[in-house]
Amino acid sequence: MLQREVLLGITGKDFVIVAASKAIMRGPTIIKAQDDKTRQLNRHTMMAFSGEAGDTVQFAEFIQANVQLYSMRNDSELSPSAVANFVRGELASSLRSRSPYTVNLLLGGMDPHTQQPHLYWIDYLASLARVPYAAHGYYCLSLLDKHHNPEIDLAQGMKLLEMCTDELKRRLPIDYKGVLVKIITKDGVKEADFDNDKIVRSA
Amino acid sequence: MDKLVAQYSRPSHQNDFYTEEEQTDMTGSLPPLSLKFALPPVANPSAFLRAMTDDHSNPSCPIKLAHGTTTLAFRFQGGIIVCTDSRATAGNWIASQTVKKVIPVSRLSRGEDKPSNDPTPGLLGTMAGGAADCQYWLRYLSQQCTLHEIRHKRRITVAAASKILANLTYAYKGYGLSMGTMLAGVTPQEGPALYYIDSDGTRLPGNLFCVGSGQTFAYGVLDANYRYDLSEKEALDLGRRAILAAMHRDAYSGGFINCYHVTEAGWVHHGFDDMNPIFWKTKLESGEFSNVTSEL
Repeated sequence: MLQREVLLGITGKDFVIVAASKAIMRGPTIIKAQDDKTRQLNRHTMMAFSGEAGDTVQFAEFIQANVQLYSMRNDSELSPSAVANFVRGELASSLRSRSPYTVNLLLGGMDPHTQQPHLYWIDYLASLARVPYAAHGYYCLSLLDKHHNPEIDLAQGMKLLEMCTDELKRRLPIDYKGVLVKIITKDGVKEADFDNDKIVRSA
Repeated sequence: MDKLVAQYSRPSHQNDFYTEEEQTDMTGSLPPLSLKFALPPVANPSAFLRAMTDDHSNPSCPIKLAHGTTTLAFRFQGGIIVCTDSRATAGNWIASQTVKKVIPVSRLSRGEDKPSNDPTPGLLGTMAGGAADCQYWLRYLSQQCTLHEIRHKRRITVAAASKILANLTYAYKGYGLSMGTMLAGVTPQEGPALYYIDSDGTRLPGNLFCVGSGQTFAYGVLDANYRYDLSEKEALDLGRRAILAAMHRDAYSGGFINCYHVTEAGWVHHGFDDMNPIFWKTKLESGEFSNVTSEL
C-alpha cells in the first residue's frame, strides 16, 4: 500500500518534535496544501493524526474537548501518559463499535512534573507504545534507529527531522507538500520554522 | 582434381569427430529465449501459477515462494559495494538463514565462481524475489557470458550482460517470474557499472539500488550517508549498516551480512557475518537503536 501521509515524532533531552505532512489528498487530487493535522490537547500535550477522511478531525477534536473538560472539572492538567491512555481507551472501545475510528496518531508531550519528554505511537487498532522516536512509514525508522539518541538537544533534533524529510523527498513517489512542525517544551507547544523548499538531490 | 582441391581447401581434421550437421546443431542452437518449458495444461498458465503461489491474495496457496530479502549495491570512488542479508522465507516460515544471495556471474569452467583471496574476475549478481528463478537465470547468464568470452575473446560488458538478462525477463513477462537483481562489474570499457534488472523487464543503470522487502529500511540509512568519495572501509561499513537496519526492521530479512567489493581486478569477498553480535555491538558501543532496551 502506498503511503500518502507523513507523521514523524522525535524526542530529545527536553523536547518533543512532531511533524505532519500538509497535504490533504482525495483520490488523485490534493484538495488542500496547507493543512494542520495536529491538535493541541492541553498546555503540554499535542496530537498529530492521519487516516480515514472525516474520522481524523472528529476523533482529534473529541479527544481535545474531553481532555479540556477534565481540566475544567478537576482543576488540574492531565499528564501526557494519562492523555495517551485515555486516547487508547477511547480508540479501543470505538474499535469494538459498529463504526470504529480509523485513525493513526502520534501523541507528544512534556510531563509538567517530571519534565520528561513523552512520545506515544498509537494506531487505529488501539496499540499504544511509548517510543523515543516514531514514524508511520518505512524510510525514516531505519534512519532514526541509526542517528537518534535520547540525549540530543533541539538543534540536533531538527537536524534529524531534516534528514528524515530529505529521505522522504528523495524516495516517496508523491508530493506531500512539506511538513508542519510543532515543538513541545516545558513552555508549551509552538509551531517551528522549517524549510520545506529545500531541493534534495538523489544519489 | 576438384575432389583433390575440396579435400585440401579446409582443415583436414575438421570433420573427424562431429559431422557438419552436428556442429551446426551445437553452435547454432543457443539455449532458447523462447518458451521451451512445459506449462501446466490449463487455459491460462500464468493466472494458474499466480493462484498457486500468491499468498498475499490467498494465504492458503499450496506453493509458498521464497521471497523476502534485502540486497543493496552502490557505486563509489573505489568501485562497487554489494551487500545482502541471508534469510530465505517461504510465507511466514524461515526456510534458511544461510543463503548466499550474491551470485558470481563468471567463467564457470575456470572455477571463477569460487571465492579466493585474490580478486576474482567477473561480474556479481544479487538475488531477490524467487530464489529458484534468480539462481537458475543467473547461472544461465553465466553460461551466456562464458560463451560470449569464448566467441569474442574478451569479457562481456555489464551493459551487455544486463541486457541479456533483461531481454530474457521481458520475453517471460507475464509468465510469473519473480526476480529483482542487480548486476555489478568493472570493465575497461565502462569502468564501474551497476544495473538493476527485474522480472517486469525493467533494466536501469544507476549509482545506488536497494532491492527486496527491506529496501526502504536500507535506503533510509544508505541515502543519508552516501557520498561518491567514500573510502573503501567507509563504503563497506555503510553497506553493512544499511543491511543491518533492514534486518532489524524487516521480518523477512535477517541471518548473516554478506559483503563484496568489486574492482577492475575482480570481486573480493568481505565476510559473511552473523547479524546478532553486530547488532548488539552497534547498539551498545555507538548508542544506536535507542528504542531497543537491553535491561528488563
